[in-house]
Amino acid sequence: MSLTQLRPSPQHAAPPPKPNRAKLWLYRFDTKATPYIFIAPFFIIFTIFGLFPIIFNAIVSLRTWRLDDPDKDGWAGFDNFSKLLSDSDFWNALYNTIGIFILSTVPQLLLALILANLLNRKLSGQTFWRIGILLPYLTPVVASTLVFAVFFARDSGMANWFLSLVGYGQEQPLDWRADKWSSWIAIATMVNWKWIGYNALLYLSAMQAIPKDVYEAAAVDGAGPWRQLWRITVPMIQPVVVFTVILSTIGGLQLFNEPMMFDENPQSASGGSAHQFQTIAVMIYKVGWKDLNLGYAAAISWALFLLILIVAAINATLTKRIGGDR
Amino acid sequence: MTTFVNRAPQDTRGSWKTYLGLVLILLFSAFPVYWMLVIATSTDAAVTQIPPSVIPGGELMNNLREVFTMNEVYFTASLINSFIVSSVITASTLFFCSLAGFAFAKLRFPARNALMFVVILTLTVPNQLGVVALYILMGKLGWNGTLLAVIAPGLVSAFGVFYMRQFIAHAVPDELVESARIDGAMTMRVYWSIVLPAIRPALAVLGLLTFVMAWNDFQWPLITLNGTEFPTSMVALSDLASGNYVIYRRVLAGAFVATVPLIVLLLVGGRQIVRGIMEGAVKS
Repeated sequence: MSLTQLRPSPQHAAPPPKPNRAKLWLYRFDTKATPYIFIAPFFIIFTIFGLFPIIFNAIVSLRTWRLDDPDKDGWAGFDNFSKLLSDSDFWNALYNTIGIFILSTVPQLLLALILANLLNRKLSGQTFWRIGILLPYLTPVVASTLVFAVFFARDSGMANWFLSLVGYGQEQPLDWRADKWSSWIAIATMVNWKWIGYNALLYLSAMQAIPKDVYEAAAVDGAGPWRQLWRITVPMIQPVVVFTVILSTIGGLQLFNEPMMFDENPQSASGGSAHQFQTIAVMIYKVGWKDLNLGYAAAISWALFLLILIVAAINATLTKRIGGDR
Repeated sequence: MTTFVNRAPQDTRGSWKTYLGLVLILLFSAFPVYWMLVIATSTDAAVTQIPPSVIPGGELMNNLREVFTMNEVYFTASLINSFIVSSVITASTLFFCSLAGFAFAKLRFPARNALMFVVILTLTVPNQLGVVALYILMGKLGWNGTLLAVIAPGLVSAFGVFYMRQFIAHAVPDELVESARIDGAMTMRVYWSIVLPAIRPALAVLGLLTFVMAWNDFQWPLITLNGTEFPTSMVALSDLASGNYVIYRRVLAGAFVATVPLIVLLLVGGRQIVRGIMEGAVKS
């Protein structure tokens, strides 16, 4: 029995014995139209609420769309974009976004790799460990950021207490929110905390798909566990590494919840007293819904889109090269 | 020494170092959530004491009462709203994505592969980029400030279609679909009586992941619901944490309440969530 016999195409499926015309028509309609009816809800809803806004965004960015003054709505040409280029707030937000992105992505993926390597053993309580490391992934960022805000508080925060144990900040406790470097570290810590376990599971899943004889062949060269990880495992799971790099690029550059909620007054959306940790996504929210300038916010969205494309392309190429060299 | 290394890592028994590393990472993962509980159950004095207290206090009820009775935060309503939003989004995603996944996996129709390619492309579109235009669209529809505005964009997901297609392709034998059709079953009937029973595990996985994402969503609900009497719990939390004088034991009591449903989901469905994430990785 061949496989092709088992899979007749639906058009040639045997009709039930003695079909009448109406029934025959119904069957033809069913085979021809039902597939499209089944996929239609996805495409309709996605087009309206997913695709259309992104395209419509281009039009909004060329207009003077203000929430407080709808009558002023008119064509702005490229005014919003030229404003963007000379807006120091935007360049500051871009700088913050990239800074926090680097501080959060690199440790996140490296630690995830090491965690996955720990999990890729014969372990007792295998499921327990896997579920346990997912706790941060499930915890709402809004909630966890508020805990971290207490952790990184200037007065009586736990982070400063740790620092005081090693003799730092005795005279003047560190105000984590006040400077770029310290607020970036605090925010990056939150991002790393949330995503290490999730990425580790992605890596683990790929690691377990590596054929065992790959390791057996390499053992002749006397590769220790550490070399084994970097020389064999990582190159073998390179596609998933590229995938996670792209995922965290898309997610990391759109960082909103953490910088938003880390603010002393989240509703201000200012990203610190002097915008020291305002990311582009937070700036879009502030410009659009606090300054009520939707046209300009749409233009910044386009800049963010461009940034994501560029960084994702660079990162994908870099990751591919690293894997290819080894 | 070589006897240890020539084994694949997954055949190597974890050493005490492995377990030590795992325990440390687990502590790091769980500590913020635990500390949320500690502060949620403490007095103001306990929150600011040095060294910090790490044992839960007895003030949880007191703090919760303050959260639920706070003016202009609508915390009770926000929890109900979050349940409505997340449940509707989950049910709708499961239904529409399994329908489309079934069509892409088992039915033959012109342009099938091209359309599936479009689905995969949409997976990579950063959806935050359209929020400004989405807000204007919702304004024209008159939905801003209502739960409809939050629910509508979440009704389907490209990941859901993709995941369902992969699962159905493996889990439902072609012969079963064909023989049902030869017996005269309509496509909808095949979906209902053959496909749905066979994909229960995948529905559980996708359902859990969707519910978690919908519950935790913050940016879009904040934009469309902020300042209304219908916030989701994340929006209500941001209200709770705003203002000139933030009382952290109260804020974190609220945060803890909003986290509990997800901890319950992790305890009940942790195995499925782990599986969903790991399967998604292999297939993408």
